[in-house]
Amino acid sequence: MLSMNLEGLEMIAVLVVVVLFVKVLEQFGLLESGYDDSVEDELELSAVRHRPEGLEQLEAQTRFSRKELQILYRGFKNECPSGVVNEDTFKDIYAQFFPQGDASTYAHFLFNAFDTDHNGSVSFEDFVMGLSILLRGTVQEKLNWAFNLYDINKDGYITKEEMLDIMKAIYDMMGKCTYPVLKEETPRQHVEVFFQKMDKNKDGVVTIDEFIDCCQNDENIMRSMHLFENVL
Amino acid sequence: MAAGVAAWLPFARAAAIGWMPVANLPMPVAPAEKNKRQDELIILNVSGRRFQTWRNTLDRYPDTLLGSSEKEFFYNEETKEYFFDRDPDVFRSVLNFYRTGKLHYPRYECISSYDEELAFFGIVPEIIGDCCYEEYKDRKRENAERLMDDQEDNKDAKLPNMTFRETMWRAFENPHTSTMALVFYYVTGFFIAVSVITNVVETVPCGSAPNQKEVPCGERYTVAFFCMDTACVMIFTVEYLMRLFAAPSRYRFMRSVMSIIDVVAILPYYIGLVMTDNEDVSGAFVTLRVFRVFRIFKFSRHSQGLRILGYTLKSCASELGFLLFSLTMAIIIFATVMFYAEKGSSSSKFTSIPASFWYTIVTMTTLGYGDMVPKTIAGKIFGSICSLSGVLVIALPVPVIVSNFSRIYHQNQRADKRRAQKVQKARLARIRISKTGSSNAFLHSKRNGLFNEALELTGSTEDEKRLSKSTSLLESQHHHLLHCLEKTTNHEFVDEQYYQQSYLEGGLQNYPSRSPSLSSQDGVTGTCCTRRTKKHHTPLPNASAPAHMQPLTHTHTHPQGLQELSTIHIQPLSTSRSSLNMRVDEPAPLNCQSSQITTAIISIPTPPVTTPEGDAHLPAGPAHQNVVKVSAL
Repeated sequence: MLSMNLEGLEMIAVLVVVVLFVKVLEQFGLLESGYDDSVEDELELSAVRHRPEGLEQLEAQTRFSRKELQILYRGFKNECPSGVVNEDTFKDIYAQFFPQGDASTYAHFLFNAFDTDHNGSVSFEDFVMGLSILLRGTVQEKLNWAFNLYDINKDGYITKEEMLDIMKAIYDMMGKCTYPVLKEETPRQHVEVFFQKMDKNKDGVVTIDEFIDCCQNDENIMRSMHLFENVL
Repeated sequence: MAAGVAAWLPFARAAAIGWMPVANLPMPVAPAEKNKRQDELIILNVSGRRFQTWRNTLDRYPDTLLGSSEKEFFYNEETKEYFFDRDPDVFRSVLNFYRTGKLHYPRYECISSYDEELAFFGIVPEIIGDCCYEEYKDRKRENAERLMDDQEDNKDAKLPNMTFRETMWRAFENPHTSTMALVFYYVTGFFIAVSVITNVVETVPCGSAPNQKEVPCGERYTVAFFCMDTACVMIFTVEYLMRLFAAPSRYRFMRSVMSIIDVVAILPYYIGLVMTDNEDVSGAFVTLRVFRVFRIFKFSRHSQGLRILGYTLKSCASELGFLLFSLTMAIIIFATVMFYAEKGSSSSKFTSIPASFWYTIVTMTTLGYGDMVPKTIAGKIFGSICSLSGVLVIALPVPVIVSNFSRIYHQNQRADKRRAQKVQKARLARIRISKTGSSNAFLHSKRNGLFNEALELTGSTEDEKRLSKSTSLLESQHHHLLHCLEKTTNHEFVDEQYYQQSYLEGGLQNYPSRSPSLSSQDGVTGTCCTRRTKKHHTPLPNASAPAHMQPLTHTHTHPQGLQELSTIHIQPLSTSRSSLNMRVDEPAPLNCQSSQITTAIISIPTPPVTTPEGDAHLPAGPAHQNVVKVSAL
């Protein structure tokens, strides 16, 4: 009994000493533990830099003048030195314009609308192409862009669910403190009104032709399309 | 709004096209960009060093010197540059603020010169970025304390007409103000020392008679010691009573640490006087005499160093607590291990775990008395681990305590326990303020902006000039964007207070009667916010008559609010507008039939009554109304 006690404890003592020894070796770097590599990989990825196409090319592809492109790029590069915007930065930037509400959902949809090649980041070219359509495009192009924004899964049809998502995102931007108080069914009602107006053949979805047709017949919408023409 | 984000405003506005097909109402007109300049470089000459930047960069912050027209005062016509006779090194930080939106504080710069430069350029120091904010605040506090110390030294000049009580209190607190105070100070110090020495000597064995055993001096010279004790206690009592009398706030004085020490120091004597005869409690009485040692703490009034030590210990409470906790953990662990390790060996002193505590403590603090030693091999191994870890555990928190002491000693400042909490609170407050600031700016400018439009119509140019707050182009564009969102969703931004009220009222109002009216206005065409159209609008529905009973009566005008025409409600509490007198208290008749300008703005605590009236009164004489009616003609 005596000796067994002793031996058991001695084993434990030896184990403790061995573990301490290993830890000390690890500290001195003589023993690799193998989880330092992932950190370096992450550093690699985040240091990616994107350089946009030349000024002449962009001038040809968009409707902006050289000077306007310069101004745009300077602002863009100031905010995003790495040359691309990822979704989180995009959401942050957009949220600053709407302090009272939550702009992240709508910013997500906007991001998808701008990120035409769907690679998860908006480069300067995407940015400028989008702006060129919105600010200098024909009404047809603008309406096309808006349709593309609403059509979340890009299948060519706007369903009521997609529209409801967009509507909720827009109402989220208003925030809580509104007048009158925002109620649960307000977005849904708005979607109903929208579909009543747009869905001519009452099949439950809005196609691009129905959309463009209907918008062109609506005076308000036509007028508001020209609202931002002198933004830049 | 942050500077860099200003560059994205065109993008946000362009993206607003996405709302257009969804909106049922017409959008407000975009703000006109008067005299849109091409972007140009401007030269800022600061004491000979030339800085160049885009004009747009400086325009980001219109409420500073460089961003506003104030810089025109410094324009030099011959050299076509702006000349500032200031420090160019600090100007670098100032200009970087415009470029990056973050203000940094360079560490090598003197805090007061930096503050002066910021004040000159109209920049509020609170927007210093988080990276430099701690440093800035620390330096500022140091500086302030240094100034305060200098002031305090000058403050000892005796003020005339101090009452006797105040003189006494000042004498007690600052002994060097008068000779009497100094004398008092030294006398009390002397008696404290005497009392302490007496207590010590009392227990020393004095010489004894040859046939008796050694007795302590206290028992040999009882009378002498008793007289000494009495004298000291007399002095202390008198001193305590005098302090109590002179204290400006007796209650606070009685709660202070020093007065408690005083009381504890003299109380045993009085208790002893009362209880001399009773034999049973004499044992307890002996214990009480231990408290006489507290008299030594009275020295802390005389010694600055002692006070600092006390503050240090208080401020390091968390580190001390950690030290204690980790020591306790280690002690329990090792005591258990040693007990079980030594259980086997015969005649072991480790009879129980609490008995092993003593061994563990002595070993961990590397004292090693040697009265308890392990005999088994396992015990020896664990014992050595114990002593090694003891060194580590104790050595870790000690430098923190030491550095704390030296910091307090050198700066000689008062204990600042809540500094961390305040900084955190200040930081959160800053973030909250900047957030509400931008939303408040929008709400405020809505009121102002629409008021301006109203004035434009009536043609009162002086008022317009006076009231046209120069919101920058950037701000007006941002507000236009928010306005478009309001129109898209058919709801308005309001401030928190109004929302709370309307939320409560929400149950009382009959909403269903209102929302159909909202949607029925889809067909109403015409541009909103136009300053020049007029229309007739329907008289107010009588259903809203009960609305005016409640304090929140803004609601009933809402159906018209989103048409072009309703009354402008201006908050009676807003900035003074002398030409339009408004009185808050009288409920004024609300004229809803004449053509008026839109829109409903924000909370009106006073109820507009819905009695229809004649035609609109011109604003020249609305003295008896709290509602401004402007006819659009």
